[in-house]
Amino acid sequence: MSFRISAAGTELNPLVPHTSEIIVGFIAFTLLYLVLRSKVVPMFEKAFAARTEAIQGGMEKAEKAQRDAQVALEQYTAQLSDARGEAQKIREEARVQGAAIIEDLRGKAQEEAARITAAATASIEAERQQAITSLRNEVGSLATELASKIVGEALDDQVRQSRIVDRFLDDLEKSK
Amino acid sequence: MRKFAFAESGEGFVPPSTADFNLPPIFGDNEFTTKPIFLVLFSVVLISVFFIIASRKASVVPSKLQFAGESVYAFVRNGIGQEIIGHEFMRFVPFLFSLFTFIITNNVFGIVPLLQFPTMSHVAFPYVLALISFGVFHYVGIKKHGLGKYLKGIAFMPGVPKAVYILLTPIEIATFFLVRPLTLSLRLFANMFAGHLLLLVFILGGEHMLSGAIGVKLIAPFAFAFGIGMTFFEFMVQCLQAYIFTLLTALFIAGALADEH
Repeated sequence: MSFRISAAGTELNPLVPHTSEIIVGFIAFTLLYLVLRSKVVPMFEKAFAARTEAIQGGMEKAEKAQRDAQVALEQYTAQLSDARGEAQKIREEARVQGAAIIEDLRGKAQEEAARITAAATASIEAERQQAITSLRNEVGSLATELASKIVGEALDDQVRQSRIVDRFLDDLEKSK
Repeated sequence: MRKFAFAESGEGFVPPSTADFNLPPIFGDNEFTTKPIFLVLFSVVLISVFFIIASRKASVVPSKLQFAGESVYAFVRNGIGQEIIGHEFMRFVPFLFSLFTFIITNNVFGIVPLLQFPTMSHVAFPYVLALISFGVFHYVGIKKHGLGKYLKGIAFMPGVPKAVYILLTPIEIATFFLVRPLTLSLRLFANMFAGHLLLLVFILGGEHMLSGAIGVKLIAPFAFAFGIGMTFFEFMVQCLQAYIFTLLTALFIAGALADEH
């Protein structure tokens, strides 16, 4: 099987293997296999697994984030529509209340106005009475004085005096 | 050695022959100190060191070196192992990975300056590898199906008319036990052998022309240029052969694992 290389140029059958090379080839390949299997393949596999996990983990994380965002969005939308409804209700209430307040105030103002008008009427009436009374007295005394001067008759008597004045005034009213 | 051949043959050009593949021992009178043997051992050290360094700090985000090593590993793991063997492939990845790196490194030694010898052109190495591959795929098949069922599956392919067995059984048996390992090893060997011979022809021929007449001298650069071109071509063949060897081994394993052969 094996060939000693004796001299160059010797024709040798290249299909006949050298025993030494078979032995070395076998040992070398086995050695390489053992080294790669124990030292290299597990490390690469570990890196591959870690990478796969990282990618999957990232994707799961992203999915979870998306789900969370969706839930939050729905929540916000619900809250927003709630708030809108609330606002609408409050506005409605305010409108109703406002109308009531205006109605109330208007009633009060009318009442006040009526009261003030009544008071004014009363005071005017009182003043008018007073004026009439005082005028009557004044006119009476003036007339009496004038008449007494004219007639010469003292109309000092109070009763008579007032009777005369009344009659005068009555005549005055009647003639109106 | 070439010089020796020249001296012996005098003037004429001696074309490179099979004798050029029989390199004398580097030291001593010992078969174990020849260049191919050193190259094979060197390849083991080279591959081991490279991949151990590349994978030592293997992490999720790879360094440049890790990426380089990982690419080769992933190529064999996914491109050959997973693609062909299927779900049980992980068991065979270390084997296929060793096979691929071992063959490609030893092949490429053929064009690496100073080394310049494809170890696989020594037929002993392809024989060993084919024998290992042969052993592995038969072992896998026997372990999976049991010896009797496995052999029956090979000899009597199911789903074939009985009469065809007269023709088919010898062919199938020859295929599984003779043709496969032989073609596997000889394909690799012959490619490397022929490639190296081709390079020798161009480069030694060019060298010889330089020592010839002036007209011949002028042609010499073309021979060298062609030699360089062939070197690139050789590189392609070397990678391809490593791939084919690994691919076929994976196919044989897949075949042995399959329920029907």
